[in-house]
Amino acid sequence: MISFSPTEEQQMIVAMVKQFASDEMRKIYRECDESGDIPDSVIDTAWKMGLVSSSIPEDYGGPDGEHSAITGSLIGEELAWGDLSMAMHILCPSLFAYPVLEMGTDIQRKKYLPLVCDEKYKATTAALIEPRFGFDPNSLSTIARLDGNEYVLNGEKCYVPLAAEADLLLVYAEENSSRQGFIIEKGTKGLEVGEREKNMGIKALATYELSLKNCRVPKENRLGGEKGCDFNRIMNCSRVALSAMAVGVAKAAFEYSRDYAKERVAFGEPVASRQAIAFMLAEMAIEIDATRLMVWEAAWKLDRKEEATKEASLVKAYADDMVLMVTDRGVQILGGHGYVREHPVELWLRNGRGFVTFDGMAIV
Amino acid sequence: MIDFELTPEEKKQIEKAHELAEELFRPISRYYDEHEHETPQEFIDKMWEIRGEGIASMGMDAAAALRTEELCWGDAGLYLCIPSPGLGGAAVFAAGTKEQVTRFLAGFGEKPTWGAMAMTEPGCGSDTAAITTTAVRDGDEWVLNGEKIFVTMGKRALEDSNGLVVVWATVDKSAGRAGIKSFVVPAGTPGMRVEKMEKKLGIRASDTVTIVFDNCRIPFENILGNPEVKKTETKGFRGAMATFDATRPIIAAQALGVGRAALDYVKETLENEGIKIRYGVPRQKLTALERDITEMEANYKAAKLLTLRALWMMSQLQPNSLESSMAKAKAGLAVTKITQKAVEIMGPLGYSRKYLLEKWMRDAKINDIFEGTGQINMLVTARRILNYSRDQLK
Repeated sequence: MISFSPTEEQQMIVAMVKQFASDEMRKIYRECDESGDIPDSVIDTAWKMGLVSSSIPEDYGGPDGEHSAITGSLIGEELAWGDLSMAMHILCPSLFAYPVLEMGTDIQRKKYLPLVCDEKYKATTAALIEPRFGFDPNSLSTIARLDGNEYVLNGEKCYVPLAAEADLLLVYAEENSSRQGFIIEKGTKGLEVGEREKNMGIKALATYELSLKNCRVPKENRLGGEKGCDFNRIMNCSRVALSAMAVGVAKAAFEYSRDYAKERVAFGEPVASRQAIAFMLAEMAIEIDATRLMVWEAAWKLDRKEEATKEASLVKAYADDMVLMVTDRGVQILGGHGYVREHPVELWLRNGRGFVTFDGMAIV
Repeated sequence: MIDFELTPEEKKQIEKAHELAEELFRPISRYYDEHEHETPQEFIDKMWEIRGEGIASMGMDAAAALRTEELCWGDAGLYLCIPSPGLGGAAVFAAGTKEQVTRFLAGFGEKPTWGAMAMTEPGCGSDTAAITTTAVRDGDEWVLNGEKIFVTMGKRALEDSNGLVVVWATVDKSAGRAGIKSFVVPAGTPGMRVEKMEKKLGIRASDTVTIVFDNCRIPFENILGNPEVKKTETKGFRGAMATFDATRPIIAAQALGVGRAALDYVKETLENEGIKIRYGVPRQKLTALERDITEMEANYKAAKLLTLRALWMMSQLQPNSLESSMAKAKAGLAVTKITQKAVEIMGPLGYSRKYLLEKWMRDAKINDIFEGTGQINMLVTARRILNYSRDQLK
């Protein structure tokens, strides 16, 4: 039966996350963007809401909630509305946890999932993107080769969130022309974390380059063991998560520029009372809503374990364009004021521009 | 729970609608495009015969949008020819009393009958508050005078059947919008005549006419909603406007049908040519064609989901004025662009009247115009999101 109404439980989670986003994240996001640093206290407060661990079954130390891409999308949107860097930081452990939860062997789940159910935030992460022109997740340059009882990994990665502090990394690599994940523990020989990256946006999120030089991991560290993982599904879960976050960022820019346009007076009237501005805002609102509904549809397919590559990639491309259009207009509507860092819209434009690049940096 | 699954019954009806579209609509699609004012009698009879199956019934839920989409995938002009209370019926439902619904719509059960809505005038279209057609009370009657244009299915409602037209008129010009009321005029009422039949860019199977009211008398009870005029309130006008909340998403659904027809045709042709559209590939690696197709598909999907949401809200009795306008604005423009792009992609096959694609491009355009142009729907959307009155945002 067609319905556009989240469950009561989902509505409660959304309300809680929204509250946190507006009470905590929105108070400090500018400071964080300038300093490149997010206070531990905010991350800890967020962690206590159990946004990641709530998906983990009791057997692995979690509260036994259901893992749902729709719920994940709703959370992603609200957190990203608060601040994208913090949202990615808070949800970073899921980059490791969700693939293990969905596709890991029983041994892998038992061994690793309790770590993300800890009361204290512990960073775990994943590495997908590679620092080269024409990067394509469907053909990675990082290579994994089986050598006896070990896999040997070689390659370069970038945009790896929290790589320096993460205890566990899930590194995606090409193995016999399939994409597989490999669990690498911090300090493994051959795993080198580079300098912290300097990016146009998401400046408060610590991301790193990684290099793998003959990095050896035990055979049993391949995600999903013999069976391997469903890489395509992981990508789809990432596309949906990022699209949901794009909706959140766009919504932030829309609301701010709408309110500004109602206050800013030119020629004796609020600028919002002119169609040139009002129609921009109307189109922003329409496209934000449309993208959100496309996110829900793709997430719904993921929750039903159906093939969702078409839906996920369509919404991702649509969201990439939408968020850029909306955040750019956010700046435009504020005019010169939009360009100065006293207002947040320039930050949202910088963050919004990144979505097309952020493959694999969030997951539902 | 957020859900996109149809019930088995809904699925069956949508499949049936698609079969009908293929078997009944498509084969005569070109003929009635080229023979503009001919009546597709066999088609009408067949649609009348199967009316009880509920495939073409209007309905105000998400599944109704999907059935409408399928039928318009067949042919949007013929879709409008299906005997039904149509927009007139929607207005009676939205603004009429229970008694009026029974009285006016009971006659639709006997033989092929149509309903129409008359709003636009030579001097006003989207600006419905500027209506000049007058309704003057005379004892137990209203006397209507004025001229209405662009009445969809007006001829079939009033000349080919015993149908009705819902007419918007002012009972008090000095009251502005508060004076605008809607009236039901049954076919055959003296003083009402159908004039000019428009020759159109598309949806040529459907008729679009001018109706002239010349001291046309109707019973007092034919006014929809409250006959009182209170200058300080515009409840009656808003009641009439509420019709749009129901009809706009249905127009959006019609648009989607035309858009998908074009999209399906392009994709089918590409498939026959061995050209595969890849998903999940980085955009910089897509061909220009793949970019175009995926963009068209995404826009179609965006419009579709907005449409389904607007109708779902209606079925949940939630206010959906904003969402209806959003859906209509998006769908009208999206399918206009999709069909135009499709013609470009198909090259000589797109432009030739040997194929239906050029017709779909012409058919699609009306969806960005009737039941409120794209611009009017943007204006409604803008006013709603800004919480502005019509005086604050003109």
